[in-house]
Amino acid sequence: MRAIRNYLVFLGRSLGLALSGDWRYYLWIGFLFFWCLLGLNAYAKQYVHGLAITGMSDQVSWGVYIANFTFLVGVAAAAVMLVIPVYIYKNEELHDLVIFGELLAVAAIIMCLAFVGVDLGRPDRFWHALPGLGEFNFPGSVMSWDVIVLNGYLLLNIHICGYLLYSRYCGRKPAKWFYIPFVFIGILWAISIHTVTAFLYVGLGGRPFWNSAIVGPRFIASAFTAGPALIILALQVIRRVTDYKIPDRALFTLRSIVQVSMLINVFLLINEVFKEFYTGNLHVASAKYLFLGLHGHNGLVPWIWTAIACNLIAMVILVLPLSKSLRWLDLACVLAIVGIWIEKGMGLIVPGFIPTPLGEIIEYTPTLNETLISFGIWAMGLLLYTFFLRMSVPILQGRLSRATEKPTGLVETEKELHGVVMH
Amino acid sequence: MTAPNTPTTPEPPPPACANNGGEITRRNFLRASAGLAASVAGVAAALSPLRDLDGFPSVEEFLQKHYKELSKDEMNDVLQRISGEVEKEYGIRPHLRDLKPMNGVEFVYALNLTRCIGCRKCVHACVAENNQSRSPEIQYIRVLKMPQGTLDVERSDHNYAPKSVPEKGFYYMPVQCHQCKNPPCVKVCPVKATWQESDGITVIDYNWCIGCRYCEAACPYWARRFNFSKPSIPREKINPNMSYLGNRPRPKGVVEKCHFCIQRTRAGKYPACLEVCPTGSRKFGNILDPDSEVSYILKNKRVFVLKEEVGTLPRFFYYFDA
Repeated sequence: MRAIRNYLVFLGRSLGLALSGDWRYYLWIGFLFFWCLLGLNAYAKQYVHGLAITGMSDQVSWGVYIANFTFLVGVAAAAVMLVIPVYIYKNEELHDLVIFGELLAVAAIIMCLAFVGVDLGRPDRFWHALPGLGEFNFPGSVMSWDVIVLNGYLLLNIHICGYLLYSRYCGRKPAKWFYIPFVFIGILWAISIHTVTAFLYVGLGGRPFWNSAIVGPRFIASAFTAGPALIILALQVIRRVTDYKIPDRALFTLRSIVQVSMLINVFLLINEVFKEFYTGNLHVASAKYLFLGLHGHNGLVPWIWTAIACNLIAMVILVLPLSKSLRWLDLACVLAIVGIWIEKGMGLIVPGFIPTPLGEIIEYTPTLNETLISFGIWAMGLLLYTFFLRMSVPILQGRLSRATEKPTGLVETEKELHGVVMH
Repeated sequence: MTAPNTPTTPEPPPPACANNGGEITRRNFLRASAGLAASVAGVAAALSPLRDLDGFPSVEEFLQKHYKELSKDEMNDVLQRISGEVEKEYGIRPHLRDLKPMNGVEFVYALNLTRCIGCRKCVHACVAENNQSRSPEIQYIRVLKMPQGTLDVERSDHNYAPKSVPEKGFYYMPVQCHQCKNPPCVKVCPVKATWQESDGITVIDYNWCIGCRYCEAACPYWARRFNFSKPSIPREKINPNMSYLGNRPRPKGVVEKCHFCIQRTRAGKYPACLEVCPTGSRKFGNILDPDSEVSYILKNKRVFVLKEEVGTLPRFFYYFDA
């Protein structure tokens, strides 16, 4: 009972903290909340009128929702790129930063689930996909694997971060047996979420553009580029807006990960482009549509060349000593994220549908409503990540802990909480 | 987010927090209440489009079990409920049944490419028979106009509209669900909402489908259609002869496709597309019966299946006259 009470006090204080801050903090969460509401409004419209108010069709039956889902699974998986150096190579520099990475993974997975949710024609029947309750097509459907690995990864990360933060809050040393095994399961699990997501596409024999063994490795390589790149940027934001100290060396450890992953990513892209275009068999049609345009249809051509330019410039900056300056490193990270988002999102999903298996070419452009829903989900993810950081930074610094807890009434707690927030 | 880079300097506390009077608590309380009220109002405003919703699914519909888990009595209740829904919506009491596959029957379709003239009568007969949405019109059959000398569907024309068909130098290839023996659509469905029945027809439980459209992505024949909006069918166009797994009106947000006119073929009739065909290009029957027309065609004609390399083993064959 007491343990539960303590835990509830911890949760209550953390939540209270997440909702308090100075005017800049309120401005930021207000801004994100506003976008969430726009997204919610757009979704309410979609719920009433159906997916007809998206740009999708029977020809291109997945669009920007599934594209974002695919990209974000990669972001979530990339949290392990912080875990591996710490727990396998004992790099203590990154020790506490692992928590920031895993919290990012939690936010990213929640966004993934939201993107899949808004893509469903019958969200009210979600329970049909719950193991035990519904009819779960396991192991036949790769999508049922994805349900398991994504939710499993979410729980793993919530457990690891939650336990470590609560231990820190209580001033206890975390019991190794209670989290280290999960850390190592989590490493394998992270690879699995992105591999399974790749298999979702790879397994479709009727779609030659996806039915290629290189999609899985490309997913992993691009995830381990874009994910740590996002973490590099996030860590700099954290040290800017809080007084949490993050040494440059930590950022440069991540730089070497992004560097190598980007090289592999570009290498795999070259492999794919060579195979598609040199053999020149009928299956090249989708790749042709993507890179060059097909029979006068070239909606994705400017996008993919932008992505390739971003990736190549990012790669050059990353391999040069130039990127030892944070400014250049940040530029390379932004370019890599944009490049990979285009390439792996729209650049992978949409051409898979063009031309259709019957040779028809119907292009896809997301509608405004669809775009608003997507922005709404991104805003929700950022809002969640902001809350997570708002709670975890003071805990890691020891400012929010059992020691600062007073068994007094609500008024005092509130006041004292405010003191914590404002230092 | 735009704060300067001053990681070690704590932010100055705002004056409101400087003293410890009860006032501050009240102020905080007021501020929190105002924030909460604004948030609730915002969420309510954001959700306002839901006012246009024509009802949520009923409790019975929401909790309905998977087709294969329904007992006979439960199925009867479901049929009654759906008949009521159809009557309410279209003003006509349907003859809705749950027809089961017949023993010793495996359906096969054969289509004569030498005879087909591309008139699309099958497309429209199908729409009328199967209660497909008219706006936007959902069609199960797509007729491809192919240049002579190729089987490459990427060279086909889907939107041909000449004054009369056939046109010289072309042949016509209608494509619909191939009722594969190794169906990728069934394999990928995460909730088993689509499956293959013993007579070879792949069916969909429209009350179980979650609308993820993975099957649409998996089908190599582009045979599946999704109800992006609520289907609209004029009252006078409703075909009251309905089957649960077949042509009953579909709800919004689920997938549908050709089911070999299950409401007809399981009652001993031919599919609508066959009956309407003016050239006799379409043949349908039981492959397990060695004396059936389709058995003869498969044994004696030059037969092929579309995209044999994808390994789907279709039950839909194309053939040429000798």
